[in-house]
Amino acid sequence: MTAAVAGGAEIAVARPGTAARADAYVDDVVRAFAVATMFWGIAAFAVGVYIALQLAFPALNLGIEYTSFGRLRPLHTSAAIFAFGGSALIGSSFYVVQRTCRAPLFGGGALGWFVFVGYQVFIVLAATGYVLGVTQGKEYAEPEWYVDLWLTLVWVAYLVCFGGTILRRREPHIFVANWFYLAFIVTIAMLHIVNNLTIPVSLTSSKSYILWSGVQDAMIQWWYGHNAVGFFLTAGFLGMMYYFIPKAAERPIYSYRLSIIHFWALIFLYIWAGPHHLHYTALPDWTQTLGMVFSVMLWMPSWGGMINGLMSLAGAWDKLRTDPGLRFSVTAVGFYGMSTFEGPVMSVKAVNALSHYTDWTIGHVHSGALGWVAFISFGMLYYLVPALWNRRLYSRRMADWHFWIATLGIVLYITSMWVSGIMQGLMWRTYDALGFLQYSFVETVAAMHPYYVIRAMGGLLFLIGALLMAYNLWRTIRSAEALDAPGLRPVPAAAE
Amino acid sequence: MKFSHATIEKNLVLLGVLTLITVSIGGLVQIVPLFAIEQTIERVEGVRPYSPLELMGRNIYVREGCYTCHSQQIRTFRDEVERYGHYSLAAESMYDHPFQWGSKRTGPDLARVGGKYSNDWQVQHLVDPRALVPESIMPSYAFLAEKRLRFEDIADHLKANRAAGVPYSDEMIEKARTDLLLQAGALPDADPSEVAARYPRAVAGDFDGRPEVVTEMDALVSYLQMLGTLVDFSNLSPEHLKQ
Repeated sequence: MTAAVAGGAEIAVARPGTAARADAYVDDVVRAFAVATMFWGIAAFAVGVYIALQLAFPALNLGIEYTSFGRLRPLHTSAAIFAFGGSALIGSSFYVVQRTCRAPLFGGGALGWFVFVGYQVFIVLAATGYVLGVTQGKEYAEPEWYVDLWLTLVWVAYLVCFGGTILRRREPHIFVANWFYLAFIVTIAMLHIVNNLTIPVSLTSSKSYILWSGVQDAMIQWWYGHNAVGFFLTAGFLGMMYYFIPKAAERPIYSYRLSIIHFWALIFLYIWAGPHHLHYTALPDWTQTLGMVFSVMLWMPSWGGMINGLMSLAGAWDKLRTDPGLRFSVTAVGFYGMSTFEGPVMSVKAVNALSHYTDWTIGHVHSGALGWVAFISFGMLYYLVPALWNRRLYSRRMADWHFWIATLGIVLYITSMWVSGIMQGLMWRTYDALGFLQYSFVETVAAMHPYYVIRAMGGLLFLIGALLMAYNLWRTIRSAEALDAPGLRPVPAAAE
Repeated sequence: MKFSHATIEKNLVLLGVLTLITVSIGGLVQIVPLFAIEQTIERVEGVRPYSPLELMGRNIYVREGCYTCHSQQIRTFRDEVERYGHYSLAAESMYDHPFQWGSKRTGPDLARVGGKYSNDWQVQHLVDPRALVPESIMPSYAFLAEKRLRFEDIADHLKANRAAGVPYSDEMIEKARTDLLLQAGALPDADPSEVAARYPRAVAGDFDGRPEVVTEMDALVSYLQMLGTLVDFSNLSPEHLKQ
């Protein structure tokens, strides 16, 4: 049992180029996903900066339909979640599952490449649709029916690839990271299918009408939407945490029991949290209350996971000084703890009455998306790229700069959104001495301007950091010198 | 026999099935009753399917991602009711495929914007928001006034909605094209009251001031002008609104 827990740390580093055997790990696909992650990350951040600037300076909408905020915003969210996050998740899961099962990818390169190409085609189909105005109008589920069908096919191939590899494992236990990846794959499949049951206008029309309507559609949408956060942006990335943090720290996971509790409690509770997006709406009260109660309970397993991740560094905290990848991963877990505390607070009805419909929500999402999702992915890339290409990281200094610039960017982003969100929420409900509403709506819009500028600056810093990373990793890949010495850990801790 | 988690973590199928069961429970408890409990949707008069022109306008609203900045859901607070009107009912969006309640108010709530401004104001505002509201940060939608509305397949749109549960009658589907042209004022010699007979309270007219062509602007404004106008709240008691 202990062996399974520590499995991530015990399995030898596979060294590409040395194994031409039939059972060699399929790493080309993982490399492709690593490059795609970098590319889509930069695309998502760049579009994010642009639409943030549009909110500060509306002339940037350019008066053209293809560049208006309403069409670019889904482009930004989908690029961040599905293109950047999805590529990071699928790529890292392929890397992790092969090593923790000591088995090559099921279906070999062929199926793996199908998943890669198929997923990239999904991204491009979805993105071009948004710009051209093809959308279902459901947040984070904007792709239309033909794109949804294609993704379903790719997802089944992904499940076969991932599950098949586990079935061929040479380890008795399924390593904990794979539980989380599996829950991510299975649950996303369920959510995707139910939330996208649509009736196309015709086979030649890109337009469809969702089967659900009104209040039921709202509930199903936020059951989907919140669990896109819960299973795409949380469970999957926890899988990443459970492998790469122990691996980089060269320590076993802190507590096996906590992993078990963390896993089952998290996946059971998360799925109930959706109605907190619908407080005080036409959704019946009993559903709202259930959503609130479970959201508050969710705080516990979330922090259980955070503790398990952080405490795995026990005795290895010094590595934070020398390993920039690990520094990103650990800071990510810190941000995870912060946003999973903020989330339950905002799900309390009294708080939500103020925060809902405001920028506070946007700030909360970004402390999770930038601080947790992006940082844990950066940590993974700083580990994975040198390992996959068998190179030494080009510049640790540049990675340090990336870390601090990006962290400063997040701080600017979330603090400006706290101020603007709380301020706007308060202004909406302020009454004057005579009992009339004090502010017209547009006065609250005008008051947001300085914070929208600060937010855009925060986003710009984050983008600059990501560009530094891309350059750094590109130079790493292109460097002539390979790390050939057996057993040498291809992470920067060993450098210099 | 003592239970050990090792049993689960040594068996992929068991792990997968238990995971699926665990993640299904919450959704089943929260979603299924919404279809089963009758008073989830209040019993109020007046809510009807969208007229063909309104439906096309709604599709433009969806296409342009208006929901990314505007909500259509007034919460049960004094300030919201004073600012926007009666709080939103579930019944009012019962024919909305998809719902457009939104999650962010970068701009104001639109659940009851219908009739608050004139057609002219809506068109001018969509063409150049800052000409009317200098502090506005809304994009310009001038291109809608230039684009001819495409509605060759309007009957298919109604049919798809009917398949999803919207009670469009055969007559409505058959007359969809005529109704659309009538409501948009593109058939000046015909009697527009026919539309109002099928779609009570539907407002007919040439919305964008260009009677010779039905534009996307016509459709969008016709949709905006009916938002929140279907239910007459003057004779509703709290009994009617109980969920």
